[in-house]
Amino acid sequence: MNKILQKWFPPFLMLAMALWFFAKLQSPPQKDFAFNEFGRLPVVFNGRTKPMDSLARNSLLEIRGKQTLNAEPWKGWSDHPKILSATEWLANLMMNPGIADEWPVFRVDNPDLVSLLKLPDADPAKKSDGKHFSWNQLQPVIEIFEKENTRAQGVESANRTAYENAIVKLHNGLMLYVQLKNTLQPADAQDWPAELAQFEQSIPDGMAAAQAQQAGKKFDTNAFAIFAGDISRFQFMGSLETPLVLPPGSGRDWRRMGDALLAAPRGETIDNFVRDYAKLAGALAAKQPESFNTALTDLRSQMIPTQAKALDKCRAEVYFNQMEPFYNAMIIYVLAGLLAIFSWFNLSETLRRSAVWLTGLALAIHTAGLLYRMILEGRPPVTNLYSSAIFIGWGACVLGLILEKFHKNGIGVVVASGIGFITLIIAHHLALEGDTMEMMRAVLDTNFWLATHVVAVTVGYASTFVAGFLALIYILRGVFTKTLDEATGKSLARMIYGIVCFATLFSFVGTVLGGIWADQSWGRFWGWDPKENGALIIVLWNALILHLRWGGIIRERGLVCCAIFGNIVTAWSWFGVNMLGIGLHSYGFTEAAFKWLVLFVVSQLAFIGLGLLPAKWWKSSSQRAAN
Amino acid sequence: MKKTVEFFCSLKLTVALLAFSIVLVFVGTLAQADEGLYGAQAHYFKQWIVLGAHMFGHKVPLILPGGYLLGVLLLVNLVCAHIYRFQLTTKKIGIQLAHAGVIVLLVGQLSTDLLSRELQMHFTEGQLRNYSDSATDYELIFLNGDTVTAIAEKSLKPGTEMQIASLPFAICVKENWHNSDLNFRAPMLQNAPPLTTNGVALSFDFRKVDDVKTMDARNVPTAVLEFRTPAGSLGIWVASDWAGDAALVEAVRNGYAQMGAGMAQSIATKLTAPQSVTVDGKKFTFNIRPLRVYHPFSLTLLKATHTVYPGTDIPKDFRSRVRIDNPSAHEQREVEISMNHPLRYGGYTYYQYQMDAGQVAQQAGRTPSSVLSVVRNPSWLTPYVGCGMVGLGLTIQFLYHLVGFVSKRKTP
Repeated sequence: MNKILQKWFPPFLMLAMALWFFAKLQSPPQKDFAFNEFGRLPVVFNGRTKPMDSLARNSLLEIRGKQTLNAEPWKGWSDHPKILSATEWLANLMMNPGIADEWPVFRVDNPDLVSLLKLPDADPAKKSDGKHFSWNQLQPVIEIFEKENTRAQGVESANRTAYENAIVKLHNGLMLYVQLKNTLQPADAQDWPAELAQFEQSIPDGMAAAQAQQAGKKFDTNAFAIFAGDISRFQFMGSLETPLVLPPGSGRDWRRMGDALLAAPRGETIDNFVRDYAKLAGALAAKQPESFNTALTDLRSQMIPTQAKALDKCRAEVYFNQMEPFYNAMIIYVLAGLLAIFSWFNLSETLRRSAVWLTGLALAIHTAGLLYRMILEGRPPVTNLYSSAIFIGWGACVLGLILEKFHKNGIGVVVASGIGFITLIIAHHLALEGDTMEMMRAVLDTNFWLATHVVAVTVGYASTFVAGFLALIYILRGVFTKTLDEATGKSLARMIYGIVCFATLFSFVGTVLGGIWADQSWGRFWGWDPKENGALIIVLWNALILHLRWGGIIRERGLVCCAIFGNIVTAWSWFGVNMLGIGLHSYGFTEAAFKWLVLFVVSQLAFIGLGLLPAKWWKSSSQRAAN
Repeated sequence: MKKTVEFFCSLKLTVALLAFSIVLVFVGTLAQADEGLYGAQAHYFKQWIVLGAHMFGHKVPLILPGGYLLGVLLLVNLVCAHIYRFQLTTKKIGIQLAHAGVIVLLVGQLSTDLLSRELQMHFTEGQLRNYSDSATDYELIFLNGDTVTAIAEKSLKPGTEMQIASLPFAICVKENWHNSDLNFRAPMLQNAPPLTTNGVALSFDFRKVDDVKTMDARNVPTAVLEFRTPAGSLGIWVASDWAGDAALVEAVRNGYAQMGAGMAQSIATKLTAPQSVTVDGKKFTFNIRPLRVYHPFSLTLLKATHTVYPGTDIPKDFRSRVRIDNPSAHEQREVEISMNHPLRYGGYTYYQYQMDAGQVAQQAGRTPSSVLSVVRNPSWLTPYVGCGMVGLGLTIQFLYHLVGFVSKRKTP
């Protein structure tokens, strides 16, 4: 009985987790309004065609750091606060702003900013949690805010204080909010379908009045005032650089609602899509789900003849958004890692095998997400800092599982799940900066070099981290536990050595390929750019470790300490050089990342310090002959 | 002798050199924030000994071997090790190959450093160019009819007097500022006297400023010169690249745009008004301009295209369509140069570098223009070869170990 349990428990556990994952794949339930369907409509923002759902999620991430909206944050979780999906929020913001303006969507953390704006404290009676505020709550204090904002914008971004950063962040959130609010209709519209019809009717008289006014003749002041009022509203919409919602047609590219409305007086007939969106808005504001859903079906069926590809792509991307493969994989990695660490102590083979099975599942989901992203983008795996984190985690996880296959001692699987988890957490935080599938700037627009140089360098990063992580395990188990016996220590050192060789190969080839790319695009092979130098340091460091080992200058423990320093070197190249804010590669500067980088470096130095302690202080020293 | 050879062969030397390289690259990268990319290159990498460094805005007393010294020592170390230490066995063939590849890379980089030349070609649509400009070096030129006399700006040392065979006068260098700025001397508003009372200095004040630090900015040299004949002085003159470079003149014109288009144009005209001295009836027009390198063929910019992603200003593509005219080879063809797709022609490689085209240029009413980076690098193939050798060598060695490791585990 016991044997059967031992044999079948790991696959069974994996199956259970797989079922949990598949259960999450379904779209959120919708009762009346087909918001999910609205989320699948295509729009173009920042140059990319994406579904409304992605626009909604990325905007919420930017404004409040989450992909959903808690409309009643002052309630505890047990009181079941009302949680809205991103698309429901966006649909209301775009077409029914009266309601959306009440929702506490702006997250303001900085205490100085909260007190400057005299925002309410956490108090359920006042319907506030002291952190999330609505547009309407911010309106009365907007002048005070603007004054401070003007000052903060003048400060160079590197020199801003936390308070100033909070101001700039809130300002960006407010700007985005206003953009979204003016995407489908003027934000101040009371009854948009009626106003649109009125505008259409007023065009002939209004144009006549405007022409007469310009010619200095007598004109119909009433018709002119109404017409001019509408025009200035639409001009404001157009000036906001809102997302482009009207699909291409009759030789035009995608365009903004405001631009299309402004084109009407010039004799252009008003696009059907303009009317359809107005119908949609009318139904939402009037709380008529049936007519909302019919209008939505009409809108979609009109897009099908010309936009079939975009609609398919958006459907696929919404599915990807709902799948949240990296988030789910992260959760399974944690579980697997914990099981594996427990297996070190009671040496339970069942636990270790369970961890391997679970890591396998997480890796499968991770891989599926990676491939799905590549297909959606039509790009190799790494295109920006976010995707580099995902790919480093993936590569490290594959390496870790390979090590586990050979050594079967629960170490490879901890490396796999540990680095998988950490990198996905990093990716999760990098995603807060906005759309992770942004378009590539001209010089990066080459799949060949992204697929060779970037992938090779990233595999180099991943393997250097694997070596460093193995070294951390060596130190932790050696200093604090008795589990590091002679054989385990030797096997760890062998793994580290092998991985360092692998890392040398990939970081070298990747770095030189980068040079060749630079030669192809800028005419110089090596320009001492910070990112290039960062990669070069990784190559040099790995080469140094190998030479030190060959020369017998370092042995097992020296190798371990050097491998940990490799973590610092790699983290510096990955994030640190971006923080210098110079050079051709200085994309993706992140303020908060700097604090974490410093912490990481200090922690790694502390581990090296531990590694240098005399052997007799190591808890495991009784288990092994002195080295 | 044996000791020397042993020293240069030793693995310890390799280790020390690698360690110093890491420190140097790290310090040289940090310093870029303070010294700029070119400054840091010259201070740390293209250098034998580094004295003092900049870190986080502070000066740090530090002595390090520079990039040249480390590169040469590594090269010597590698070659020595190849000759004396490495055994040529099948077991070590991968290691041998990888190190030979590193030698190729080092030699290639060194020769690139010595032999390569970086130039630029600026043109607007429809313009023909049979020369490229240096991005870093300048020349003082004297034009007499069709005869050009060019003197490298670098050789203009303040306080010296130069006698050039083709010129009937001596050049006394009063000042030579490697980077300079200028101000228009608005009439009636000036109290300070002009630098000199000749030519462009009457309308503009030039002054010395710090050298640029960023990659996309460049220095604009200005020199104050006196021309002397045995009969007496021809006066003190200011020669400046501000007047010699069309792009800079354009920048000055734009800088005074708020004074009205007519005024800005008249300021620009004052800046570019030719300056000359006449000796024995011969007129010598002079100027400072980027150093020119002439090609035996010409390129004509036919069209500059700058596309952006819809609804944004994120650049999607830059491309220049040019026509090559090479009479000596009876060649005339059109070719497109874009990011990641350079043109290799006549020993030079032409890369798309900067562009002023598309909507931006259209709205400002400017003719679309393009800047190509022009590079001559005879050793451009070495990285390809070196990378291939090291990659292959390491792969062989790695597979050799991996196969050994796996088969060892398979046999209990």
